[in-house]
Amino acid sequence: MHETTKHETVFTGDARTRLSEIMTRYPTKRAALLPALWMLQEARGWISDDGMTEVAQVLDLTPAYVAGVVTFYTMYHRHPVGRHFIQVCTTTPCNICGAEGVVDAFLEHTGCGELGTTSADGRFTVIEVECLGACGFATPVMVNEDFIESVTAAKVPELLERYR
Amino acid sequence: MGYPHKSHPRETVVLSEYFGDAEAKTYKGWVKRGGYKALEQAVGLGPAGVIEEVKISGLRGRGGAGFPAGLKWSFMPKEKTKQHYLCCNADESEPGTFKDREIMRWTPHALIEGCLIAQHAIQADITYIYIRGEFTEPLEVMERAVAEAYEHGVVGPNASGPLKEMNIYIHKGAGAYICGEETALMNSIEGRRGNPRTKPPFPAAAGVFGMPTTINNVETLAAVPHIITKGGEWYKGLCRSNPKSTGTKLLSVCGHVAKPGNYEVEMGFPLKDLLYDLCGGIRDGNALKAVIPGGSSVPILNEEEAEGCLLDYEGCVEAGTMLGSGGVIVFDETADMVFQIMRLAKFYAHESCAQCTQCREGTAWTVRILQKILAGNGEMKDLDLLLDLAENMTGKTICVLSDSCAAPVVSGIKKFRSEFEAYITGVRAPVMAAV
Amino acid sequence: MGERELITLTIEGIEVSVPEGTTIIEAAKQVGILIPHYCYHPALPITGVCRMCLVEVEGAPKLQIGCQAQVAEGQVINVSAPEAVKARQGVLELLLINHPLDCPICDQAGECELQDFVFQEGQPRTRYSPEFPKRFNPVEDFGPDILYVPNRCILCTRCVRFMEDVAGTPVLNVSERGERAFIGIHPDQALDHMWAGNVVDLCPVGSLLSKDSLHKARAWELDKTASVCTGCSQGCNINVDTRNNVVVRLQPRPNAEVNQYFMCDHGRHHYRWLNRGDRIEAPVLRLGNDQKAVDWDHALERTAEIVKGAGGNAVALVSPSASTEAMFLARKVLATFDTRLMFRVASVEGEAPLIGVPNLALREERAPNATGARVLGYVEGDVNAALRGASVVLIVNDDLDGVDSEVLAAVGHVIYLGTALPEAARNAAVILPSTNVVEEEGTFVNRDGRVQRYRQAKSAPGMARPAWWILSEILHQGGQGDGADTAAGAFAMLAETEEVFQGLSYDAVGFHGRVLADGAGVPS
Repeated sequence: MHETTKHETVFTGDARTRLSEIMTRYPTKRAALLPALWMLQEARGWISDDGMTEVAQVLDLTPAYVAGVVTFYTMYHRHPVGRHFIQVCTTTPCNICGAEGVVDAFLEHTGCGELGTTSADGRFTVIEVECLGACGFATPVMVNEDFIESVTAAKVPELLERYR
Repeated sequence: MGYPHKSHPRETVVLSEYFGDAEAKTYKGWVKRGGYKALEQAVGLGPAGVIEEVKISGLRGRGGAGFPAGLKWSFMPKEKTKQHYLCCNADESEPGTFKDREIMRWTPHALIEGCLIAQHAIQADITYIYIRGEFTEPLEVMERAVAEAYEHGVVGPNASGPLKEMNIYIHKGAGAYICGEETALMNSIEGRRGNPRTKPPFPAAAGVFGMPTTINNVETLAAVPHIITKGGEWYKGLCRSNPKSTGTKLLSVCGHVAKPGNYEVEMGFPLKDLLYDLCGGIRDGNALKAVIPGGSSVPILNEEEAEGCLLDYEGCVEAGTMLGSGGVIVFDETADMVFQIMRLAKFYAHESCAQCTQCREGTAWTVRILQKILAGNGEMKDLDLLLDLAENMTGKTICVLSDSCAAPVVSGIKKFRSEFEAYITGVRAPVMAAV
Repeated sequence: MGERELITLTIEGIEVSVPEGTTIIEAAKQVGILIPHYCYHPALPITGVCRMCLVEVEGAPKLQIGCQAQVAEGQVINVSAPEAVKARQGVLELLLINHPLDCPICDQAGECELQDFVFQEGQPRTRYSPEFPKRFNPVEDFGPDILYVPNRCILCTRCVRFMEDVAGTPVLNVSERGERAFIGIHPDQALDHMWAGNVVDLCPVGSLLSKDSLHKARAWELDKTASVCTGCSQGCNINVDTRNNVVVRLQPRPNAEVNQYFMCDHGRHHYRWLNRGDRIEAPVLRLGNDQKAVDWDHALERTAEIVKGAGGNAVALVSPSASTEAMFLARKVLATFDTRLMFRVASVEGEAPLIGVPNLALREERAPNATGARVLGYVEGDVNAALRGASVVLIVNDDLDGVDSEVLAAVGHVIYLGTALPEAARNAAVILPSTNVVEEEGTFVNRDGRVQRYRQAKSAPGMARPAWWILSEILHQGGQGDGADTAAGAFAMLAETEEVFQGLSYDAVGFHGRVLADGAGVPS
């Protein structure tokens, strides 16, 4: 997706310095791609086509190559998402512990209604994700970088209060 | 100890001793608890000495493959002509498994120490600890711990001897289960799509960046310092059943047990005791229906098989399954096996890297057939089709994701056929709308 | 260079010995067995993803992929073992679950590897349709000439690997994961690389298509003829596809020494001129102020008169697209004169290499036989200056761009031999219609001094004849010794007198060409 306004460069000043430091960890520029994409997403909230082109230029890769990598990994957003991006694990170990009920509760209480859509007020997007590696603490939920364990449908309204 | 629970007396607490202990996360706290002595000893032993000790211990890979760690390290070139690498596989994404997360967020320095000892043994200059992107807390804790390690001269410019030239870096993943496959992990570090590679070449010959590489799981590496300080013989002695399976295993128990969590037991521990004794039995007093003991990629056990299964590599094979990663998923009588097998197939379909035809197309087709059955439109021949598909998906691809999708389908139809037939004959009402 | 040890093994019951390091799939080719495959291609890095080439290797616990597994001494390989056949049938069935039944409207039909292998060993039914919907994505324009039909794509990734490793520009990627995967392109990059058209050839199915060829002809209606590209001096080997005597498409023809499996887009798309209708239709003589169309006998008689035994200055101006045979005979026709042998070749600045193949590029010299001309003593120079004072000028298909028509008019006799008639040659004494490259047989010498044969792909229009024939007849009629009766004969004549061609013949040259002695003609 292209940005609606002109893309603002991310890798200048401190960010460029930080990326350069990261690049020293690897023998190829290509290997700094995942870290660079994380930096881009942290700065802009999502990864646009222009963002991919910028990263490509900085690392001597092609935009098409970068796009191939971005679309492989599910944690990179390719379009803007709600301010609070809610990911609920529904794979089998959590599924048998009520995960789908947790999803329904989030959809209801955020006003999103549907998976993947952003709420009208722009605050929330809710998606289902695969195993988050906290199966003994069903159901784990991520809200942006917050990893919350043991969420139940009943706890959802209270949890959402933290995210205004 | 299965944080947040207290250690059960029948646990053999080695790796999990400090789970829940906030001070153990810090360098000072770790040293106070005896940390980094093993590293010092290891440097004294030298690479060959370390490898020998680990070989004696019988330590096997704890990520799922169970390959002898000492043997794997000995595949690395003895004479170093190129850059060597260690990759620590902290991508933990196998459904049912949540042990590496605990090791990293409670005892980060244990992992660092294990990595450095391994690095020394295989003459690797650099370790990349590949942590899945979703593991916010482990990432934070490990980054801080690595910084402390550099600061306090454990590794890097402030260190001395061989550790001075070594480096440890954290590499953050971005959401792909398949990156837990060792060759896909290496591709991901290289900045590529996480596609598994065909073998040969094997990592010890040409791994990350084409250089000799060893990949080890977090739990495997965390055991190494203990093997150095207490000796390989000690570790070998932690064995209840088959002498080829030694040491302790962190079993991640989840699903329908009263007390889900990580439990550390000696290899060969009976699954029955784990469930009914350590985990407090099935929740709500329900009856046990099925157990997947090794993460979702291994065959499902029914109640009888589960209660007779010993938890080590050979014991699980004998019971018709595999120990795998030790992610114990417990299903009680309320579980809809057909739906959950569909949900697992959906997991594999979502995670398929798309290289191999059987996996890319087969996982998706498997999901559709199962959804058709759950929507009340299934036919008996669909079960034959699922089994035929599963056969086509087994043993024919670059990696075993395809086989992993087939395993629950095959074992599920074999052992819970009546549940499938209930949907097909209409005895059980559909639970899904037709897709 | 070390000699590789020979490994002996048995494939389908046939014993074969191949060098160490040979893959099973290549070893099988040696005994005439083509193991079905998609992602494998000898010019691309091995990736082993399609899983189509699974074969049984006795003693191995699992089936092996023939494209990557290397042969071992004493190995016994069973391509048609039931387990292997079932596995391959499984792959085919899975490829077909989402692949649309587009054959009736798909350009690839008739030259489709999915059709071929399904027909050869697939199942005659599907267990997927009609219950489940096929994946649908709309057709994409990768621009400028290439369309991508995602529904038909089998994700063999040949196109991605070609662009990344052979063309050196990763323009195509695999996007997404799992069943959702497709070949992608970034909006800031177009598929405009000079060698991009090769991905259409590489695509085993009708997923990557050439817009230029779209819906033009059915593969089974096409006749294929071996030829050589005339776009530049590289001399890529090609096949000319014709249908009802019209050139419809050019495709590369494999030659390990020249172009491997590839040709550039300039050569590939430069074929419409071969079908031009504005040709010289018949021999024409100028009689006084009149011009009259005549038959060949008259035209040749008159021409022979002009060149017979005369002295004075002459110029032979040949096109660098003329055959070596024609260039040689033109020289012979003017042997009794004090002749300037000249040619002019168009040059475009900047080569476009295919970096993954040694010594392969779209070259600056945009004609196929400039080296042939040089080797035969033709030179570049001031044509107008050479024409002044010439009593006879023999032009073989030069387009006369930039030639002063007054200067030409002042020449004693102009003999114009060509495909189309330039304005400046309107008043030539003799106008003779000749054939173009696909209407005759002949040779070109490429920039590396390799002489390569091309064959006739379609019949000539009107009364056009090959230049070698016309010039042979002139020699014959003029009593200047014999010409040749065949193109092979003309080449044999050439080989007899020209040192660097010694020992060569059409048979010796074959269809992969031969390098001339001592690297003759190769620019230093």
